[in-house]
Amino acid sequence: MNSTLETTVTDCHPASVPDYTPVSELRELQLKRLQAVVTRAWQQVKLFQSRLKARGLEPVDIRSLEDIAKLPFTVKNDLRDTYPTGLFASSMKDVVRLHASSGTTGKPIVVAYTKEDIDVWTSVLVRCLAGCGLHRGDIIQIAYGYGLFTGGLGAHYGAEALGATVIPASGGNADRQIMLMKDFGVTAMCCTPTYFLHLIDRAADLGVDLRELPLRAGIFGAEPWTDSMRRHIESASRIEAFDIYGLTEIIGPGVGCECRQHQGLHIFEDHFYPEIIDPETGEPLPDGTEGELVLTTLSKQAMPMIRYRTRDITMILPGVCECGRTIRRIARIGRRSDDMLIIRGVNVFPSQVESALLAIEGTLPHYQIILTRTQGLDQMEVQVEVTPQMFNDKIGALQGLQGRIQSALDHVLGIRIKVALVEAYSIQRSEGKAKRVIDRRTA
Amino acid sequence: MKIQQLSLFVENKPGHTAAPARLLANEGIDIRALYLADTEQYGIVRMIVSDWKKAAGILEAYGYVAKATEVLAVEVPDCPGGMADVLGALDGSGINIEYMYAFPYPRGDQAILIFRFNDPDAAIARLQAADINVLAGDQLLKKQ
Repeated sequence: MNSTLETTVTDCHPASVPDYTPVSELRELQLKRLQAVVTRAWQQVKLFQSRLKARGLEPVDIRSLEDIAKLPFTVKNDLRDTYPTGLFASSMKDVVRLHASSGTTGKPIVVAYTKEDIDVWTSVLVRCLAGCGLHRGDIIQIAYGYGLFTGGLGAHYGAEALGATVIPASGGNADRQIMLMKDFGVTAMCCTPTYFLHLIDRAADLGVDLRELPLRAGIFGAEPWTDSMRRHIESASRIEAFDIYGLTEIIGPGVGCECRQHQGLHIFEDHFYPEIIDPETGEPLPDGTEGELVLTTLSKQAMPMIRYRTRDITMILPGVCECGRTIRRIARIGRRSDDMLIIRGVNVFPSQVESALLAIEGTLPHYQIILTRTQGLDQMEVQVEVTPQMFNDKIGALQGLQGRIQSALDHVLGIRIKVALVEAYSIQRSEGKAKRVIDRRTA
Repeated sequence: MKIQQLSLFVENKPGHTAAPARLLANEGIDIRALYLADTEQYGIVRMIVSDWKKAAGILEAYGYVAKATEVLAVEVPDCPGGMADVLGALDGSGINIEYMYAFPYPRGDQAILIFRFNDPDAAIARLQAADINVLAGDQLLKKQ
């Protein structure tokens, strides 16, 4: 869609004012907030204080924004190792909400929010949606899951605060989603891009032409997607598709979002300070260079994240966006620096599969993860080679084994997957190592 | 009395049963009895072969998962009621059949039932007490 078609009042939404802060003023604000959050984490989070001490650092050593490079990184494992509350910087009575995403070994990654954190989260979501041209009068259907996952409630609070009408449809039940879209004249959808692809197909089956509906925007996130997917979505449903970025560890969706220029995602850097580093050496890289995105929460109370390594590979785009926002942009994220898979918006590590299999049989059988996509939905199959230890010549015993593997994986991963028992040595090995993941999903 | 049966895990795909059969044939192993238990995804080939140790060695060398299981072979008259009488002899004993299969015997008027029991020793005692012929391994493998 041509972004110059209309200039809406929405870019003037009061919550969007920080998007246009003069750069020098923004940097000053960031430094002030960085010093405050480092001090807070030093005072409240033992792990952070001991890491600083090990480097001979104290909060007063942060005198400029460049000094952030002196600080130690935080990684996903830190959240796991300190489960459940080791990284909380607020007392539980000030925590008003918990969310979680799957971790690497069965224990989830849990994050906490104070009232102020929820307000910040809501405000960045308002800025996302306003930047997509949405405003009071829009009818926004949220088809992200509601629950421990941040997607549903995050988008919900933002859409409500924007002043829109919110339909909290949550995930699944495509027929009902399409019925609601049609009957209530929904103007914007929030969901994963692959789920929207599914809705396009399902609508065609039901004889509903999405192009004829009032729907005009889709805010798609929780998984990487491509420009070819965008083109397909936009032509099949005649909407404008926006990429929204976020991660549970930082706050949830709303860390960054495209504006109507669609030239990268603006990072709400008054709250989330972005750096790009070399994933091998950890050295900071200049704007315009591709590397791993590292984020620092400048205003988070309950759970500050200092230099969190996202493992997402992108770059900070040099230059100023034509929309006039002064906050910087990152390029769309296409890949990661680790082996994390994103399946139906849920984070999955091959190591989770491994530990579940190990727990069941005591030995680790050869296995392979096969990813496919049917009807816009990711499907995951785990093929497990039957070892002599596992083999039993009673069908019932093998079915029991398959069932145990199935429920252990469903439990650890939090998503429904398919388990297949396969013959020994049937999984291809290269140099003695099996290829763990075969990704047959195509954009 | 107890006979070693060889069980093999195979995927339910074209050619997956033929390949191990060919391997055994090449080594001169005779398959005397065979039963394929199948599910949608995979199957278990259960067979009684002329030399189970050699067969197991060949299959394992080619990467198959093969397992020897103790089963009983019971000779019954190949006529109506032949099998019912054998099963009747087990009534009330608490002995459970985990699986079974049957095939006609080359001798013509006899059939063979292969059983995997939860308690094979108790089953042998019970069947013999009822004058039912439980075959030894070499009897089953003998060709007429």
